[in-house]
Amino acid sequence: MENLVYIALFAPFVGSLFAALFGMSERKIFVGIIGSALIGLSFLASAILAYNLYTTGTVVQVRMMDWISAGDLNVGFGFVIDQISVTMMTVVTLVSTIVHIYAIGYMDHDKSFNRFFSYLSAFVFSMMILVMSDNFLGLFIGWEGVGVCSWLLVGFWYHKPDQKREDNPSISPSWAANEAFIMNRIADLGMLIGIFILYWNTGSLQYDVVFAQLPYLSDSVLMWAAIALFIGAMGKSAQFPLHTWLTDAMEGPTPVSALIHAATMVTAGVFLVIRANPLYSMEAVAGVSFFIASLGTFVAFYAASMALVERDLKRIIAYSTLSQLGYMFAAAGLGAYWIALFHLAAHAFFKALLFLGGGNVMHAMHDELDLFKMGGLRKKMRGTWIYMTIASIALAGLPFFAGFYSKDAIIETAFNEGTYVLWGILVLTAGMTAFYSFRQVFLSFHGEERYKALGFDPHEMYKFVLVAMSPLAILAMITGLFMNQYKAFIYKIGESVQYEMSDHTHHLAVWLILLVVFIALSGIALAYFKYARTGEHAFKPDEKTANGFFYKLLINQYYVPVFYENFITKPYMMISEMLWTKVDLKIVDATVDNIARFFYNTGDKTRRMETGNLSNYLNWMALGAVILLVVAAISAMLV
Amino acid sequence: MIGLSHYLVVSAILFSIGLVGVLRRRNLLMLFFATEIMLNAVNIAFAAISHYYNDLTGQMFAFFIIAVAASEVAVGLGILIVLYKKHGSLDLDDLATMRG
Repeated sequence: MENLVYIALFAPFVGSLFAALFGMSERKIFVGIIGSALIGLSFLASAILAYNLYTTGTVVQVRMMDWISAGDLNVGFGFVIDQISVTMMTVVTLVSTIVHIYAIGYMDHDKSFNRFFSYLSAFVFSMMILVMSDNFLGLFIGWEGVGVCSWLLVGFWYHKPDQKREDNPSISPSWAANEAFIMNRIADLGMLIGIFILYWNTGSLQYDVVFAQLPYLSDSVLMWAAIALFIGAMGKSAQFPLHTWLTDAMEGPTPVSALIHAATMVTAGVFLVIRANPLYSMEAVAGVSFFIASLGTFVAFYAASMALVERDLKRIIAYSTLSQLGYMFAAAGLGAYWIALFHLAAHAFFKALLFLGGGNVMHAMHDELDLFKMGGLRKKMRGTWIYMTIASIALAGLPFFAGFYSKDAIIETAFNEGTYVLWGILVLTAGMTAFYSFRQVFLSFHGEERYKALGFDPHEMYKFVLVAMSPLAILAMITGLFMNQYKAFIYKIGESVQYEMSDHTHHLAVWLILLVVFIALSGIALAYFKYARTGEHAFKPDEKTANGFFYKLLINQYYVPVFYENFITKPYMMISEMLWTKVDLKIVDATVDNIARFFYNTGDKTRRMETGNLSNYLNWMALGAVILLVVAAISAMLV
Repeated sequence: MIGLSHYLVVSAILFSIGLVGVLRRRNLLMLFFATEIMLNAVNIAFAAISHYYNDLTGQMFAFFIIAVAASEVAVGLGILIVLYKKHGSLDLDDLATMRG
């Protein structure tokens, strides 16, 4: 068992190092193949571990080595394979494997092909540490590793120049990478404080030890720990107000977006809350949990509203991730941790599929992402069209697809908890989700072939890429069917993750589901009438809507990025500039400079002693000897 | 009666004369003489103090100094001859070649 754990964890790392060996050389296809194979190996190991856990129910705990041992602090580099981490491991490695294979095709023409695979595998490795660690410090290391890798990958095309915000909302890859990294750093501080609070009060970083002591801690400690940890989760999972980086991170290559959104990054925040479920289900932090649920609901709605008008294919998918993360937090905040985790897994499959399909479209359209320039692509890209439709159905939550079960369960939870406002918003958001996901499908694959006038010649992606995507498509369809088995599986962890609907909800469940499905269907129908028809009813972008108040508000993301720029970035820049010119240059640097200048001047003045004349040297020497004698005499007298 | 202090005074006077010679003289040969004077001033002090304490170590040391001074003069004079052959002068002001 132990070996399987190590294989699952270190296979991506080996892949990363191997690819790094060829980092500077030109494209070598075997780098991609070996990288993918190693991630696949990791998936295999994870799957065996999952199967083992499913059949035997024994949690594997491995302590690889003593890591930090200083004073009272003793942290081991250890891993735990329980129901939560094994779910994450399987999902992460499965999606990553497919993304790796996909990237072989997608990054075909990129001259930094090898470097890309090195980063990509390192990304997966970091995420594996994050989910497998059995203590908060290991989690934090993985957390930071994920941050660094995302920075490297979002800024992968760092050579692209900055653009104006009006032309490109995410300015440039390097800008977006910095934004993502800095926002995450802000949140990481919160997370670090949370870890400190827990360590300070329990004397350990080990999950089981910490959670066992929770009942003995005071209410305020629990509350602050929960808040601080959630701030960390907000950054990684891009919850309001730290959400802007997620859509800007679309500047990275598409496989990276798929990885970030489906597997290796944004889910970390949700994972943290689920992992710390004993903390968040404490009575004392009920307020924090409810806040999490409310914030999640708000973000679900907020992100979906922005997706309604977006024209950029990838950004729409990014908003949908944001929105679905909101759903997950809503479930986690309401105490339905296992439903959140299940939605996370289901979402990973169809979201990865959506992104990879989007990547196919982007590849076909020569990096053009504006939906208004596409249309009718299904004739040229049948495979991609089918995948995108499947993924969108799953996202929209139509019956029997993955999203249907998990999202419905979340909406039901909101109803069950009696939080009808949250429930209402979530239902409405479900309709919006259906609308924007199908708007995107219809605009790109149906309707008039607008690309023809613009001189594009789309072509389908390589066969092997389409084949590699098929597991995702299948999973996006069938994951939901295993919900009950999964429930039985994860219930073994203990009471804290168990969540059952009340009888009252059970009676109404059918009606609730019908309502949600009806709303989703009407969203799709609306999208169909507006965007999918051809001929005289064909969709044309019209000026009047584009200038409307709400449209402007939404397309500018509620002016939040502008607000951040004007009220945070610019003042910060001004303060920095002031500190630089006034404090740093005038005080700090000046002090150092003057010390140096003093010695320089002294040297310059005393240089004249060096006449080259032996006689003068002898005089100086005698003078020095006299001075030394005098000093010696004086000090002797003083003693 | 001539005591220790007399010897030490002589030694100090000799040393000062030597020091002044080292500082003021420009001719390398004269500088050599001046250092010899200083060395011997020290020798006098050694011998006198050794006698005063009835301890032969000081006198032994004086002998050592004399021996070392002799060899130093031998080497030094050799260098001076070479220097004189090369520059035609032993005046330090003419020999200031180390000026940077």
